[in-house]
Amino acid sequence: MAETIQLSVDGVSVTVPRGAMISAAVAAAGVSAFRKSVTGEPRGPLCGMGICFECRVTVNGRAHVRSCQVPCESGMEVQTDA
Amino acid sequence: MPESAYDVVIIGAGPAGLAAARSAAACGATVMLVDDNPQTGGQIWRGEPRLAVPSGASLVCGARVFAAPAPGRLWLETFDRDFELGYRRLILATGARERFLPFPGWTLPNVMGAGGFEALAKSGLPIRGKRVVVAGSGPLLLAVARYLRAHGAELRLIAEQASRAALVRFTLGLSRHPGKLWEAVQLRARLLGTRYLSACWPIAADGGARLESVTLYRAGRTWREPCDYLACGFGLVPNVELPALLGCRLGASGVAVDEYQQTSVAGIYAAGEVTGIGGLDLSLVEGEIAGFAAAGKPDSARPLFSARERHRRFAAALDRAFALREELKNLPQDDTLVCRCEDVAFERIRRRSGWRDAKLQTRCGMGPCQGRVCGAALEFLLGWKPDSVRPPVFPARIASLSGPRCPPR
Repeated sequence: MAETIQLSVDGVSVTVPRGAMISAAVAAAGVSAFRKSVTGEPRGPLCGMGICFECRVTVNGRAHVRSCQVPCESGMEVQTDA
Repeated sequence: MPESAYDVVIIGAGPAGLAAARSAAACGATVMLVDDNPQTGGQIWRGEPRLAVPSGASLVCGARVFAAPAPGRLWLETFDRDFELGYRRLILATGARERFLPFPGWTLPNVMGAGGFEALAKSGLPIRGKRVVVAGSGPLLLAVARYLRAHGAELRLIAEQASRAALVRFTLGLSRHPGKLWEAVQLRARLLGTRYLSACWPIAADGGARLESVTLYRAGRTWREPCDYLACGFGLVPNVELPALLGCRLGASGVAVDEYQQTSVAGIYAAGEVTGIGGLDLSLVEGEIAGFAAAGKPDSARPLFSARERHRRFAAALDRAFALREELKNLPQDDTLVCRCEDVAFERIRRRSGWRDAKLQTRCGMGPCQGRVCGAALEFLLGWKPDSVRPPVFPARIASLSGPRCPPR
């Protein structure tokens, strides 16, 4: 089994260790603002446990995925909203 | 009864849920364990559970309950599907989350919870060489700091809002719990060389697009501490939303339970942090009791009552030592956002008469987190009690709301 996983974040290829959450892949892509707030402020993860919804991103076209709770899979396409 | 029904369904596979699963399964009950994280262990054992899922028990990870359409039935959703679960007895081990307090700049990217930051680091966030300030309150700060140190972060300092006097009283009290004292000493020893400042707290996070420094306050003095991350949490609050949805009565510190961990709703039990913040040992023993009771063997639970009582006394001491100081109520300024989902500033919220009025007039607490973040903050800042809970208890997809039809797999 491969030790790393390759996926894309905003079109940029990222390699992360197997088992990493999508939040880690977004951070590894150098992104700290995962989304824009309703008034346009940059936001990133807060709670790390699926409560705050600040880390949500679009994954394979599915919106509002909490990136801190979903493991990376090979070939995933992650889109931030920042 | 739905297609897939279990004697005992347990929501939450942290220490309490795993302990409950073990004792319920040992009594011969069919057990289903559910957790919204990808792995068992809860927040404290994240990914490295020290209790196994008992053989014979079923497990679904990455699933959260969003509705309870009728007694004995739950609707759940995962990343890409939805399903229904049936239960004869239910054990709620939904754990706790951090309490965040709003201060200027707390919404900047890279300002995170204390436990939140550790969780994200354990999920693969690269922290080696990153400058981190750990702040807030509670024993969790020390555990987080230890983890960060061990994994190569540059720990700048730990700011604990509680006074030194309160901490010393607490540490002395620990001698009645020798095991805990050892744990505390061990933690402190490993942290040697890191500043641990009592009666100190952040008053602002500064930066443009992301955090650049944090302004700390201590004894009349303020200063700026440059950092890449601020890991900041002010204690824990129980996750009572699902229990409330199910009609379980809430007490002052969490879900109210009887001596067998049964809630006010017959057949529904609660164990662990959701009944009141008490730590790992209390969660384990409560889970074990709930598991026996839910599986119809309450006599097996009785011998555990004295241990539970001991752990509860420890929890009460902890609660006193790390009580939040009044000055923290002055942290949010007029323009500080309190509701991060709807971007509602403190100035607009505090003029309202209560939680419901604030929701109706400002949309505070009406976003995707459903008040889980701002509700706990406003409970401390303004003394507001959370409003009633309605389904869906978590945001769910439209397709799921019409009623799932798939059995779990």
